[in-house]
Amino acid sequence: MSDDELKKVANEVRRGIVTAVHAAKSGHPGGSLGAADIITYLYFEEMNVDPADPHAAGRDRFVLSKGHCAPALYSVLAERGYFPKSDLETLRHIGSHLQGHPNMNDTPGVDMSTGSLGQGISAAVGMALAAKHWGDSYRTYCLLGDGEIEEGQVWEAAMFAGNHALDNLCLIVDHNGLQIDGTIEEVNSAMPIADKFRAFKFHVIELADGNDMAQIRAAFDAAREVKGQPVCIVAETVKGKGVSFMENNVGWHGKAPNDEQFEQALAELAKEA
Amino acid sequence: MADVKKIATRQSYGEALVELGAEHDDFVVLDADLAAATQTGKFKAAYPDRFFDAGIAESNLMGLAAGIATTGRVAFASTFAMFAAGRAFEQVRNSVGYPHLNVKIGATHAGISVGEDGATHQCCEDIALMRAIPGMTVIVPSDDVEAKAAVRAAYEFDGPVYMRFGRLAVPVINDSDGYEFKIGRGIKLREGKDVTIVACGLMVQAALEAAETLAAQGIDAEVINIHTIKPLDEDIIVESAKKTGRVVTCEEHSVIGGLGDAVCAALAEKHPVPVKKVGVNDVFGESGPAVDLLHKYGLDAESVAAAVKEFVA
Repeated sequence: MSDDELKKVANEVRRGIVTAVHAAKSGHPGGSLGAADIITYLYFEEMNVDPADPHAAGRDRFVLSKGHCAPALYSVLAERGYFPKSDLETLRHIGSHLQGHPNMNDTPGVDMSTGSLGQGISAAVGMALAAKHWGDSYRTYCLLGDGEIEEGQVWEAAMFAGNHALDNLCLIVDHNGLQIDGTIEEVNSAMPIADKFRAFKFHVIELADGNDMAQIRAAFDAAREVKGQPVCIVAETVKGKGVSFMENNVGWHGKAPNDEQFEQALAELAKEA
Repeated sequence: MADVKKIATRQSYGEALVELGAEHDDFVVLDADLAAATQTGKFKAAYPDRFFDAGIAESNLMGLAAGIATTGRVAFASTFAMFAAGRAFEQVRNSVGYPHLNVKIGATHAGISVGEDGATHQCCEDIALMRAIPGMTVIVPSDDVEAKAAVRAAYEFDGPVYMRFGRLAVPVINDSDGYEFKIGRGIKLREGKDVTIVACGLMVQAALEAAETLAAQGIDAEVINIHTIKPLDEDIIVESAKKTGRVVTCEEHSVIGGLGDAVCAALAEKHPVPVKKVGVNDVFGESGPAVDLLHKYGLDAESVAAAVKEFVA
């Protein structure tokens, strides 16, 4: 798929995100919109997956360690054909398979239940370790938040992955600079992120614009070539990307748009389509 | 009882893993820098490429095990009960329990019989924590035979399992020909009519000894070994309670949230009878030789016999 085509898909994914969060009347649109391009790229270009066989043993894995961005994952999975797009409007509703945070036993295509920050990365490292141990060829991708990496468990997992040279593991740190209580600098900065992962024996790729398909492609292409080390892509993203009033606004971390805001968001995204 | 063979259930755990490893290669064993103590070192020595050390990082230990289990294989994850159920509680709940993954937690050094290391390492809350997690199976074997059977059953079982092992060498009591281990099924070890003693772990042996003492004093105690705290064999307990009318529970664990409370809950709903809970009475332990601690905290045969006698009087 060309970068332009991927961009169009990502725009559709964004429409799905705002639609889902609006229907749920709660959820996390900001981080979801910011990560939409990366997750779209993974499922439409990078990963070896088949929506018709979501449990295929040889599939590549994706763990959304920042599980609160479930709307982005769900919207991508729906767009990719794992389940009907109309399901997105059931997000967070009683009886829906689309839980507030991802559950692997509910939703086709979800590879790990996540949401409690810091835990997904450990599972991703376990998946990569299992592949090495049993000689499976799949790769494991894991998206972390830049606030999430304040969790100590992240560094336990990173230490293990680096020490075991898990070059079938690719982390992506979604670096949008914002967390619930403010900027990451104000709260408890994990900066410098790239240097920290280098110190944990990762090959670090700094992705200057994690909302640009060409740059995302270049980063993942480079990541696949790395041998003998796990990779960490530190991706600069814009929280709320694509909806003007949500961009770089921490107030949209965990808040649903009202009807008027929803219409405005859809109108803005329609212009991009 | 001078010639009774004594084996710590943690040793049984390590040996059972080695036996299982000879038959299956679809599981791995993980530890958190305690392989010598948890006895997973035995497995490491036999199958070095199937053993992984997470280092002193129990949260990641559980997450690694969960990730491995998502691939359809089994992961045994071992550390002390304090860290498995305590430190990593939320990882066990959210990364193992919620997705119902085939992680088998081998938690050793449970209870006050840890001994000299003292209160920080004497976990008396793990049964309470683990049984509160939906879908978690909780097994507390009483001896070598039962511990080995539990490891095999846990491997074959579909879902997360918490196994509680001890540091102290304990008598082998289940080496009879008719012994059969089935998850969730209690075992009646002694028939009696005056009172039912329900026990788990090393307290099963204490209960049997207490029953002998009580028999000499004219009290006929029934003894039931409840090796699986969850799912609880309510039928065997209720049936016995209907006969004896009184139940004493014995566990090397807090009286809050463990076997005693599980039994009380079952009886309260199905056949209310007076219950006396013998266990750690909402206190922290302390350093000392394990046997002396068990006596001081009322967890040896003598203490159980005294508690039962007072209860039925």
